[in-house]
Amino acid sequence: MCRVVDLQQAVLAKNDTTAHTLRAGLTASGTTVVNLLSSPGSGKTALLERELVLARQRSVPVAALTADLATENDAERLARSGVPVKQVLTDGLCHLEAEMLGRHLEGWLPDGTRLLFVENVGNLVCPASYDLGETLRVVLASVTEGEDKPLKYPTAFGLAHLVVVTKTDIAEAVEFDEGAFRANVERVNPGVEVLLTSARRDRGVGALLDRALAAADGSPLHSPVMARRPDVSAHSHQHTHEHPHGTGAMAQSRS
Amino acid sequence: MHEMSIALAVIGQVEEAAEQAGDITAVRSVRIQVGELAGVVPDALSFCFELACAGTVLEGAELVTDSVPGRARCAPCAHEWAVGMPPRLSCPRCGGATTDLLSGRELQIVSVRWEDGPTHALTREPIPEER
Repeated sequence: MCRVVDLQQAVLAKNDTTAHTLRAGLTASGTTVVNLLSSPGSGKTALLERELVLARQRSVPVAALTADLATENDAERLARSGVPVKQVLTDGLCHLEAEMLGRHLEGWLPDGTRLLFVENVGNLVCPASYDLGETLRVVLASVTEGEDKPLKYPTAFGLAHLVVVTKTDIAEAVEFDEGAFRANVERVNPGVEVLLTSARRDRGVGALLDRALAAADGSPLHSPVMARRPDVSAHSHQHTHEHPHGTGAMAQSRS
Repeated sequence: MHEMSIALAVIGQVEEAAEQAGDITAVRSVRIQVGELAGVVPDALSFCFELACAGTVLEGAELVTDSVPGRARCAPCAHEWAVGMPPRLSCPRCGGATTDLLSGRELQIVSVRWEDGPTHALTREPIPEER
């Protein structure tokens, strides 16, 4: 017999539940996760390298986990800071999921870690859909990527708590229009803070660490419009009713 | 392209629901809602869904996608608008940044249409009075 069953389940419910559990567990043990998203080559690793060195100088216990499709190059670079670093190879997968992160933290994340920076796979599309249990989500874009990046990748920019512009040392050479970039960010994520940085020229370095520590201390975070939605996933029930038409036909079509 | 991961999540949840229901012999269709701002491409999702259903109880099932347009309302001035793509999430009338997103982020399994097993089928030929 053919039946239509209402499921009303969020497609990513499993990931969301895992992320909530992970966030609660980590928060209870004093660790706050910062999820870093950007396109490949935007300078995530270079900026993170500087932030990790600074954290170590300030005796803030931090750790970093970096995800790539292949190579351990990023982990090697980040490890130069002297803080615990782990490379995750996704074997071709374009994003991290909460369950993967949880698995990689098990037995590795040192006790007493205040901040865990997660450098997501370089990609502005897929990682945006997956909550990793982070408290702070940061999207980075370099000045070379064009001022309209926030409009081209609205989900990534729209869900960020913080936007970081990198490589500002070459902004003039590539004629980066900061005003246009800010206006585009504002369009998809009104009210979000935009930080300007240059890892090479040491500009704005430390601001990311400050924002992450503030988030860890429970300072109120920016609330992206795109994240403010009627909570459809809370409405989860299951009931069965028979399909009003064609039941017999459906049953007969089965051989 | 994370549509394969999304397709696998849909299939996993339908399989779980089918197992709970018991006696499900085939899933005919799955209806989902995809919001304009969900970051998912329905065509790519259908393609992945068809591939990933192979060898499961969902084999051959149709993925029916209801697109949900993004709509927002300005909290201060109550203006309501279609956000469009790329979305405008600050108020086009007053420029306010306190916006409520009314719809557009849906990524939801609405319902499934499936076949029960033979235990629910007629076990005898109806007698003439029943015809």
